[in-house]
Amino acid sequence: MNWTAAIPEIFLALSGLAILMLGVFVRREPTFLCSMLAVGALLLTAVLVLGGSDGAAYGGQFVVDPFSSFVKLLVLAAAALALVLSLDYNRREGLARLEYPVLMLFATLGMLVMASASNLMTLYLGLELQSLAIYVLAAFARDTLRSSEAGLKYFVLGALASGLLLYGISLVYGFTGGVGFAGMAQALADPVHASPGLIAGIVFIVAGLAFKISAVPFHMWTPDVYEGAPSPVTAFLATAPKVAAMALLLRVMVTPFGHLLGSWQLLIELVSIASMVLGALAAIGQTNIKRLMAYSSIGHMGYALIGLACGTPEGIRGVLVYLVIYVFMNAGTFACIIAMRRRGLAVEKIADLGGLGRSDPGLALAMAVFMFSMAGIPPMSGFFGKLYVFLPAVQSGLWTLAVIGVLTSVVGAYYYLRVVKVMYFDPGVEELDAPPASLSVLATGTALFTTLFFVFPGPFIGAAQAAARVLFG
Amino acid sequence: MIATLAFYVFALILLVSAAMVVTARNPVHSVLFLIMAFFNAAALFLIAGAEFLAMILVIVYVGAVAVLFLFVVMMLDVNFAELREGYQRYAPVGAAVGAVLFVELLMVLGGWHFAPDAASLRLGQIPAGVSNTDALGRVLYTDYVLLFQLAGLVLLVAMIGAIVLTLRDRKTSRHQDIGRQTARSAATSLRMVTVAIGAGVAPGDILRPQPEAPLTPPEPVGGGAGHGGPHHAAEIR
Repeated sequence: MNWTAAIPEIFLALSGLAILMLGVFVRREPTFLCSMLAVGALLLTAVLVLGGSDGAAYGGQFVVDPFSSFVKLLVLAAAALALVLSLDYNRREGLARLEYPVLMLFATLGMLVMASASNLMTLYLGLELQSLAIYVLAAFARDTLRSSEAGLKYFVLGALASGLLLYGISLVYGFTGGVGFAGMAQALADPVHASPGLIAGIVFIVAGLAFKISAVPFHMWTPDVYEGAPSPVTAFLATAPKVAAMALLLRVMVTPFGHLLGSWQLLIELVSIASMVLGALAAIGQTNIKRLMAYSSIGHMGYALIGLACGTPEGIRGVLVYLVIYVFMNAGTFACIIAMRRRGLAVEKIADLGGLGRSDPGLALAMAVFMFSMAGIPPMSGFFGKLYVFLPAVQSGLWTLAVIGVLTSVVGAYYYLRVVKVMYFDPGVEELDAPPASLSVLATGTALFTTLFFVFPGPFIGAAQAAARVLFG
Repeated sequence: MIATLAFYVFALILLVSAAMVVTARNPVHSVLFLIMAFFNAAALFLIAGAEFLAMILVIVYVGAVAVLFLFVVMMLDVNFAELREGYQRYAPVGAAVGAVLFVELLMVLGGWHFAPDAASLRLGQIPAGVSNTDALGRVLYTDYVLLFQLAGLVLLVAMIGAIVLTLRDRKTSRHQDIGRQTARSAATSLRMVTVAIGAGVAPGDILRPQPEAPLTPPEPVGGGAGHGGPHHAAEIR
């Protein structure tokens, strides 16, 4: 058995256990040390992922291919960014406990397994490992009511979504006679086998995964959880799990169910349209920036799903490019949000950004870059993300999706630009505190990535192309 | 013959105790009936030849889950009569959801085809000398080692989560601080008093270990007018 295929995962699991033990027995304050070690572990895992060789392992339960490596690297980068974002915030809010980095490592491990899952059982276990760790992280500020509420709400709804997913898995297993993706693809090679029960199973699986990427109509938890969870956890929640769950959705839809494209295409289209419309309209009235980001992420997932609805390698490539861009601009935006403190206390109202353009031009500029990018204004990276999903949609003849996408982008631009307007043209209430160095560096780095993406898109698009092609065999 | 008789006995007791779980008024009785249901289900598994499942059911469900339920029921003091109040109001919605799921199940069963050779496979030869515990053990740590270990990590995360969310250092818990113990000197712990004959020892003369100063956050300047009292009292004592 080719067990070495999972070396990055094994390394990450062992380092999570080692960091937990070290944190318990070390004599001085362990949190900073453990966080740094966790970042180190994530980076080393990324190196191991890069050095890994492709192939299936563990009796076909686990697969390493360009697609899984692409997703894993992106997830690891997002997790490392979120961990760095949390350092200063957790210290100030009294959340600096050693379990935080450990839980984050295990959540990341779950996502890596999701990226490599080629079997419905592996898929489910990876998803549960990731979700369970994130439920706890969302409730990490256990003494505040909102964080406990966020954790509980996410847990109860997440458990329901897991139930739906399992129900779908059992139906699909019943109708295809297998849980391995390769075997299922073989069983479904002839679309004649698409019985109503099988389609019901696919719908349940899509529902369970759509919950994890917070696509409409499974988005209800998103604003409350984003608002209630500690800001760095929200930053994590908005980036890495979205990438992993979206990757899972891509692989499940394309590899085993690829021949049934005609059966599920309309479903994905509807989810995509509903997400884009709700993300654009519901965000308009928000005053809390974290809630705004929640609706923004719902909308972004809708745009990304356009690529999946195409069902072509170009569409999948578009989704992957979109995810890369989304992760970096979201991490940057959250760096700015976490930096919002006034007299030592975290503030999160959009109005609190008033006058930032004068009091802290650097932070305001970074935030403006991210907002322009999210609105999809060239030459920021967000524009290219949308371009790479709209083009395949047009090529596949999905004009409706592309047109609705462009229209909702225009509506969305309103609330993104409102943030910019508040920063530069509204009178400030009172200056915000100067951000700590880690956040400034991170915001600058991600802002540079977002601005300069158009100069060097080649490597990303090439890697995404290779990753997308492998799904189609 | 005996096996059939045993099956009906266990099945009957199982059904009755399962019905009692949901109808008993006293929640503690419900849990006890649940335990009985688990035992009888285990017996049914034994009759079916699945001794591993039977043992797991007893160890995990009776040994851990049901006892946990019992603790929860007894500690939380949930008023179940109150919980059932909304029953009539929610019954139609519940019935609707149930009906939808039932129809979906019918759809699934309607499209169900057994493979032609399924019956022969079901009656396939069981290798001699391999019990089903043995058979499970052979694949659990080999073919399914990845899934097994992942499930273990899920449980580990659940345990870490339970500790993170509930463990609190209590203010009243007594930790040994070796540094403080060795730094103690006679001057801080002993006081010589001269007691007049026949007067006894006055309460203030006996030096008891001082309670630790409570850890209060620094108060805002000029805002703590009402907080003077308790602190001074502690110092005087």
